[in-house]
Amino acid sequence: MRESLIATDLIDGDGGTIARDIFVDEEIYKREIKQVFGRAWLLVGHESQIPKPYDYFTSRMGEESVIMTRDKTGKIHVFLNTCPHRGMKVCRYDQGNARVFTCPYHAWSFSVDGNLTTAPGGLVGVPHYKKAYRGGLDKSQWGLVPVAQLVNYKGSIWANWDKDAVDFETYLGDMKFYLDSVLDQRDGSPGGSEVIGGIQKWKVPSNWKFGAENFIGDIYHITSHRSVDMVSIGPSGAGRRDVLKGDKAAKIVIPPPAFGSIGFPNHGHGCIGALPHYEEPDYAPSFTLTPIVEEYYKEVYHRRVENLGKRARGLAPVGTIFPNCSFHGMQPRALFTWHPNGPQEMEMWKWYLVDADAPDEVKNVLRQYYLRYAGPAGLTEQDDMENWNYATAASSGARAGLYPYNYQMGQGFESDARDLENAIFTSAVTEQNQRLFYNRWAEFMDADSWDALHPKNSANHADILARCQQ
Amino acid sequence: MSRISFTDSTSREHALDALLLQREIEAFYYLEAQLLDERRFEEWLDLLTEDISYFMPLRRNVKYGQHAEFENTRQGVDAAWFDEGKHTLAQRVAQLATGIHWAEEPLSRVRHLITNVQIGDKTDTPADSKEVEVSSHFMVYRNRVVDETDIFVGKRTDTLRFEDDHWKVAKRLILLDQSTLLAKNLTIFF
Repeated sequence: MRESLIATDLIDGDGGTIARDIFVDEEIYKREIKQVFGRAWLLVGHESQIPKPYDYFTSRMGEESVIMTRDKTGKIHVFLNTCPHRGMKVCRYDQGNARVFTCPYHAWSFSVDGNLTTAPGGLVGVPHYKKAYRGGLDKSQWGLVPVAQLVNYKGSIWANWDKDAVDFETYLGDMKFYLDSVLDQRDGSPGGSEVIGGIQKWKVPSNWKFGAENFIGDIYHITSHRSVDMVSIGPSGAGRRDVLKGDKAAKIVIPPPAFGSIGFPNHGHGCIGALPHYEEPDYAPSFTLTPIVEEYYKEVYHRRVENLGKRARGLAPVGTIFPNCSFHGMQPRALFTWHPNGPQEMEMWKWYLVDADAPDEVKNVLRQYYLRYAGPAGLTEQDDMENWNYATAASSGARAGLYPYNYQMGQGFESDARDLENAIFTSAVTEQNQRLFYNRWAEFMDADSWDALHPKNSANHADILARCQQ
Repeated sequence: MSRISFTDSTSREHALDALLLQREIEAFYYLEAQLLDERRFEEWLDLLTEDISYFMPLRRNVKYGQHAEFENTRQGVDAAWFDEGKHTLAQRVAQLATGIHWAEEPLSRVRHLITNVQIGDKTDTPADSKEVEVSSHFMVYRNRVVDETDIFVGKRTDTLRFEDDHWKVAKRLILLDQSTLLAKNLTIFF
């Protein structure tokens, strides 16, 4: 056992190394459940999962079960899924519709609306209330525990247990620009995404951070996906995605803009993506195996050119919102969470997204492509989980544990990302985003309160750039 | 499901036909299991019709009375573990054969146990084709590398079609008896 745990000691920012302990150590894990998952903004779900009054979806925040509900006015709430009386889950279904949640143990019941109580989630029914408690139970104090903060951001629902946490948009910083590129309609109009019915959930014997760090900016690992590229599952046949090569790429007059790792050191977020640009790149055919879908996207492209005009736009195939929400922003398109189940296991949840107003046949082609690419049966992602599984296992070796991991790639070659606030950019393959993710993680681990975590007080961005100029 | 009484002498001939069919279908499933377990995936593909639909829905925990409507995700509409045809299945087989599909390199040891084979009423089909609906239970054991072990249990509901002098799978609905998948991946066939 350590005398005292200081997370920043495990992360060597200058040397670009990270101790293996952070992936396997029980003490570190317990601390991150409290310090990271107890204070960061976490993805809970999507409004399209609960379209009608009283619909609910049970989700997770960190290790714990929460219920996302919609009341009769349409307002969304998130409560801890545990009876304040004796702990039993008050909701044991994955989804459904209910005005009241009644605990199976002693039948305490809780109103989604707060009907007959003082607040949504309030305790409304207690068996033998008068006789057993003799007026001594203050029902207003014993409702379901609500999250401290909740936001519906373009349909995606996020929550935070810490009332002192900065608001969600401050938390995002300019990473907002890239989250928008996932959630906005493909034609550039804001919001409008919906979740394909059914959330894939599966257990992986890996520390949750291996998933988060992979999606924040690891393009170096494409070598492990060689087998899927060889069998060509892409929407136009070749490879695993639509990527223009050779003659087709040469015909593009307005090329896709500067592309690389974009990271937000003061926030902990990052993505692989294109810097903000103000003109749409030339149309590039996609989904050519299914002409009806290609035609649809051609039309969407023209709408996008019109809708966005000269406004800034971004695109990001992959990214991570600190700490445990990642996304595929283009092909396939999904939000996912890496839920911690102890240091050496995580539960992956995947929400597949489509434009709500896309024709059904387009949605279906997308759905089929998503399923062959992603998830535990996806030809691409199967190999990712194998890597994270064995990387986790090897992190606990008595001998191996003495040797930190190498995160030095591209260190010292970051530049200030143009047109984004407090952002850095490296155009080539790099580990800049993994480094800033763990740096931010260590800050959460060590900070006593949100005062010390406010992005505007962070010197991370300036420090990285200063290091480059040496 | 048809009820079979082998002792009912009034339909002894019919019963014998049913028994032979039962035996024939079981033999087909044992062959299929053998090909999969012996990693003869290309040969396994030959047991599938060109238009096969291969579907494994996600399964949800829902309130009593809502199972018919909400327990399983819908084919062709919702997310699933698998919802595909022969082209994608063949790509999975091709990926295994690259030798660099790391989730199955080295290959797992897999064993399919197929039981509870129940033949349904013969599906109405044109005179020149023969189809039967068959349900079966499976227990699929996977062990890989050293100590990774997964056990998948569930039910398959197949439409088998007699084609080119062989039975082939034309439709397969796989109900895996798990909600959250308890395995890191689904690199095997059911």
